[in-house]
Amino acid sequence: MEHIISVTVENKFGVLSRVAGLFSGRGFNIESLSVAPSLDPSTSMMTIVTSGDDRIIEQIVKQLNKLIDVIKVVDLNESEFVERETALIKVHTKPEDRAEALRIADIFRANVVDSTSMTYTIEITGGTKKIEAIINLLQPLGIKELIRTGRVAIAREPIRPAVAQPKRVAKE
Amino acid sequence: MKVTGAEIFVECLKREGVKTLFALPGGVVLKIFDVLHQQKDIDVILTRHEQGAGHMAEGYAKATGKPGVALVTSGPGMSNIVTALVDASMDSVPLVCFSGQVSTSLIGNDAFQEADNIGLSRPCTKYNFLVKDVNDLAVTIKEAFYIATTGRPGPVLVDIPKDVSMNKTDFKYPGSVSIRGYNPTYDGNKWQIKQAAEAIVKAKKPILYVGGGVIFSGASEELLELAELTQIPVDMTLMALGAFPGEHPLSMGMMGMHGTYWANMAVHYSDLVIAVGARFDDRVTGKVSEFCPHAKVIHIDIDPTSIRKNVNVDIPIVGDCKRVLRELNQIIRATVNGEQRELRKPWWDQIHEWKRAHPLTYEQDPQGPIKPQHLIKRLYELTKDRDPIVSTDVGQHQMWAAQYFTLAKPHRWLTSGGLGTMGFGFPAAMGAQAAFPNRLVLCIAGDGSVQMNMQELATAVVNKLPVKVFIVNNQYHGMVRQWQDLFYEGRYASSYLDVVPDFVKLAEAYGAVGLRAAKVSEVDDVIREALAADKPVIVDVPVDKFENCYPMIPAGGCNHEMILADPPELKKKQAAGAQVVGEDKDTVLTA
Repeated sequence: MEHIISVTVENKFGVLSRVAGLFSGRGFNIESLSVAPSLDPSTSMMTIVTSGDDRIIEQIVKQLNKLIDVIKVVDLNESEFVERETALIKVHTKPEDRAEALRIADIFRANVVDSTSMTYTIEITGGTKKIEAIINLLQPLGIKELIRTGRVAIAREPIRPAVAQPKRVAKE
Repeated sequence: MKVTGAEIFVECLKREGVKTLFALPGGVVLKIFDVLHQQKDIDVILTRHEQGAGHMAEGYAKATGKPGVALVTSGPGMSNIVTALVDASMDSVPLVCFSGQVSTSLIGNDAFQEADNIGLSRPCTKYNFLVKDVNDLAVTIKEAFYIATTGRPGPVLVDIPKDVSMNKTDFKYPGSVSIRGYNPTYDGNKWQIKQAAEAIVKAKKPILYVGGGVIFSGASEELLELAELTQIPVDMTLMALGAFPGEHPLSMGMMGMHGTYWANMAVHYSDLVIAVGARFDDRVTGKVSEFCPHAKVIHIDIDPTSIRKNVNVDIPIVGDCKRVLRELNQIIRATVNGEQRELRKPWWDQIHEWKRAHPLTYEQDPQGPIKPQHLIKRLYELTKDRDPIVSTDVGQHQMWAAQYFTLAKPHRWLTSGGLGTMGFGFPAAMGAQAAFPNRLVLCIAGDGSVQMNMQELATAVVNKLPVKVFIVNNQYHGMVRQWQDLFYEGRYASSYLDVVPDFVKLAEAYGAVGLRAAKVSEVDDVIREALAADKPVIVDVPVDKFENCYPMIPAGGCNHEMILADPPELKKKQAAGAQVVGEDKDTVLTA
């Protein structure tokens, strides 16, 4: 089963190779990995999409925790989470296709971020299915280049029942 | 006052209590060697090969429980010590290895003797550091020792570029370190420990399965108390030998591929396996899906990744073996009161029956070739009063040593378990001897293994490390030959070594003592003569070439399905082949 694991790591050189080496050395899958500095500049956040049965996922989480540069590991599948991915799609557009390309972008609420007489570069953000859907639709027009960020994810805050605010009584 | 990185390095080692450094110099570490040369607190043992330095540091660490320290140069110096790092990594040996590196300005330029030391060592160390600034050197060394010796111990590498050892700064040694991503769990979960205690006192056929973690945790006393309180038999892994007194009536000896019949039967038929500081290695479990099929499993280990890695665990307890066992004993002491012996009587009756049915056995013909088991048994009997430290290489002789050389105390057994590194034994013995100059240190080696680090004989002679090496010489890579006998229809592909070299002359050439026991009647005398020498001794003992090591669980087999002796058809083949070997080496026992 697919799992998304969010990892807080020390923001220093060599950490990515330790994490990547752990996965390759132990034969775990990485489907995607994205990494960037977090709010605290001394740490980075990694989002790793991986797959395996429960025992493998347990091992992945434990092995990640064992790495000295890893500060925190959260298996997001244990609760609700939001995931997003961004893709930049450079579409080769013949004059007669340009309107269709824009229409597709519009349907998906994607942005055109670069345009030439022969191409559009479309920026799309969303879940994996959404990105795959737009790729499918754009493919017949001719995709020249495609780059995806890999998924990032964050846990949803638990929903608390709304608490009625006590009424303020103005002092007389 | 500003001091150089090299001076900081040496001062840090002193503060960490390092007494012995196993080292081999090279261009980029000369500054450090220059400082070492001008002090007396740290003894520098110059080895002949960096792999030797690594294994010596391991032997030192296993015998003392303190970190072993090695210093090597960049490039080939570093790549040569990688085997020792992998070995230490597999067997959780606390090691701090320092490697030289080309100057920071040259890193990445393919400079002379440059290697990516961090990349090379990343998968085989617990952690590694590249020090880019002399101001970070002291704190890095402090962290290196801290990481190597705490939690589950392991090797740590510190890569020091040449300019870092030359540059100057103020020396400040940190009193303590804290690393936010590294917080080993020492105390076990109390509720889980309670669950374990309940399961233990109720179990009818329990077995303790103890590993090397007990030794590094210093939990032998606690283990002994637990076993005696509950009358539970104690199976030891190869790494755990000495953790529990081998002659104790509750000791079952070694378990696993070449473990005793009763140790393996007991684990297979037990209803509760209590694993302490062990990691369910495939050489112990055999076919993992059928390992202890009737048992609940309690697993105590400081490394959470060990738990549920290979087998399912019912009661996992993450923590330091010593602390967890102590707490467990406290609960059990309060609940049990002698009835455990009664409860376990049928279990022990069964175990005694297994023991009677298939004891460890060999037949020594007084006129025939020396049996390797006989040599090791005599060595044990003639040295046990001197509480020796015993190292081994890897192969048949290692398994025989594990079976026949009974150990009473921890830190007496130096062997390469996880990695199975041939060439480990001799330098490891020297490392232990360096730590304990007045103790008896034995190395039981194979004629194949010992040649893998033979060059260290020079180190032993020069540094006056009087280790006693007994070469169980069967002219073969014996374990390879055994597998070829059993699984490759006796085709001895590249396992025959002939009688080269003459180990006695070789020892003499190095300035050591060389002895040989050619007949059964000479064994005792030669052992005594070797023990009497105050120099390194190499004892060559030509043994029965075709003796195989049993019991044996074939790789991937179940623990209760042991091969107990040579299959009859093999015996016949060997009898025929034994005559051929002398005359025509190329026609040995083809099937």
